[in-house]
Amino acid sequence: MASCNFTKKSAALARLIVSERNPMTPAQETLETLRELGSYVASAMPTAVLGTEAKGGELSVRVHRASIVKVLIFLRDDSNCQFSQLIDICGADYPDNDERFEIVYHLLSMKQNHRIRVKATTNEELPVPSACAVFPCANWFEREVWDMYGVFFSDHPDLRRILTDYGFDGHPLRKDFPLTGYVEMRYDEAQKRVIYEPVKLTQDFRNFDFLSPWEGLARPLPGDEKATGGKP
Amino acid sequence: MTTTADIEIENYTINFGPQHPAAHGVLRLVLEMDGEVIDRVDPHIGLLHRGTEKLIEYKSYLQAVPYFDRLDYVSPMNQEQAFAIAVERLLGIEPPPRAKYIRMLFCELTRILNHIMNIASYAMDVGAMTPFLWTFEEREKLMEFYDAVCGARMHAAYVRPGGVSLDMPAGLAERIMAWANKFPKIIDDMEGLLTENRIFKQRVVDIGRVTADEAIAWGFTGPNLRASGIAWDLRKAQPYDGYEDMDFDIAIGKNGDCYDRYLVRVEEMRQSIRIIKQCLEKMPSGPVRVNDRKIMSPPRAEMKSSMEALIHHFKLYTEGYKVPAGEVYAAVEAPKGEFGVYIVADGTNRPYRCRIRAPGFAHLQCMDFMLRGHMLPDVPAVLGSIDIVFGEVDR
Repeated sequence: MASCNFTKKSAALARLIVSERNPMTPAQETLETLRELGSYVASAMPTAVLGTEAKGGELSVRVHRASIVKVLIFLRDDSNCQFSQLIDICGADYPDNDERFEIVYHLLSMKQNHRIRVKATTNEELPVPSACAVFPCANWFEREVWDMYGVFFSDHPDLRRILTDYGFDGHPLRKDFPLTGYVEMRYDEAQKRVIYEPVKLTQDFRNFDFLSPWEGLARPLPGDEKATGGKP
Repeated sequence: MTTTADIEIENYTINFGPQHPAAHGVLRLVLEMDGEVIDRVDPHIGLLHRGTEKLIEYKSYLQAVPYFDRLDYVSPMNQEQAFAIAVERLLGIEPPPRAKYIRMLFCELTRILNHIMNIASYAMDVGAMTPFLWTFEEREKLMEFYDAVCGARMHAAYVRPGGVSLDMPAGLAERIMAWANKFPKIIDDMEGLLTENRIFKQRVVDIGRVTADEAIAWGFTGPNLRASGIAWDLRKAQPYDGYEDMDFDIAIGKNGDCYDRYLVRVEEMRQSIRIIKQCLEKMPSGPVRVNDRKIMSPPRAEMKSSMEALIHHFKLYTEGYKVPAGEVYAAVEAPKGEFGVYIVADGTNRPYRCRIRAPGFAHLQCMDFMLRGHMLPDVPAVLGSIDIVFGEVDR
């Protein structure tokens, strides 16, 4: 029993130390600067920017899909931003949203030592303007988003699949694409070539749901009203 | 009668790879050639694509760690560190000082591990065999340090969210220090073979030049960016773990050619030795894991006597810990450049989305503009100099 108490106490202590330390991180110190930058970007392009958020030392800007190129040019060339480097473009899939795909751009300003995250949403049909003319390195990143999510980029010079196999069907990072895929390949001794077959699993794919079902009852138990005097 | 002016010479294409010793893995390059001059390069990648990002979406945060060893398999711990920092920022925890120093120490060892691999195999690509043999002996010693600390030579799974998995064994610090004192001599020997070597210089000087503006526009990071003359290093600019306490210099190049990229890497190894020595001298004592039983499992001995510790252990290794909803982008200066992890957490025990930003991916797409107008034998020279490993490019 003694060791149990010790464990609890030290865990609580660790949490306390952490909560004291957190405001000291440089990320927290720059939060105010990021907020100012966010409102500056929003005021410079009121029609394009849908919202800004500075959280955990990172600045996110949500923009309208159609004006993504305009925003990227502004962020690159404006003297207060100078986000000269496009670090990454990636997609994310939220099937429940109206426009299910989110395209996330990460930019880095070496002059100001800031990062910014720009987000636009789209769906399977609506094209996103390509950033290749603004940042040449966008080329492969957009090809990857196209490959993984099936998001179409308009005016892209060479929108081909990049990571998946030649002749691959589907977009694997979509949430409705199964982890195991649909086909598997093997070398066929009789035909002397690699052949594709539907995936055969010798045992069911085990997907443990560890999120605890023991959350307790939502409804009040019979007899509870005695303790609370009839109130729920 | 036909004159030379009448003959129309068509470009022809050459297929380089996917199984080519100088392709550093499985790269297929479709080269459009005008005689022996390269007109266009089309890299076909993805032959090593394993769907890491998709797999991580189906794993708990702790189970995701080993995938990071298998991205850039030449520098495993730096990538674990990026993931660990991202998750720590989501959880709002900070590892204890000793864990930070051990991470720094091993990340710098990993940087040397990576640069040895790159320089030595690069020298072999352009025709020098001996550096490979000499430096790979050192690589073996470094892997013994890996082995001592985590039990594996390459796929460490050592740096975890909340610290590192185990403390260093007794005597390891002295062994690393003894090695660090000897290693600069090995760099000197290797440099004696390469740096002023006429044949080596003929192959690499002025090949694959990248200006500073091009390097920024094409998303270059790490040594490749610094070789173009830009003093940008995340360890200095946005220090993480404990790099703000370390005294070291950033090496930059002037011309941005293959030779400068080689020189920058050599100098980075020397700077890494400086950091390693400082880490060992200043190494604080204390725990190496965050003292929160809801995130890192209790010590084995405690589990023998405490029921609660046993439950914590069981819960952590089955369900894992839940990470509060939010998103984070954490970047570290990996040996190859900026390695970033973008995590979207939805409050469960698994990442909703884990994007891996690999430096090699951005570097490899520049093969086209770097190689235009160069000769066919320059392909391995440029490819080797930008330090490509397919584990991280293909993910």
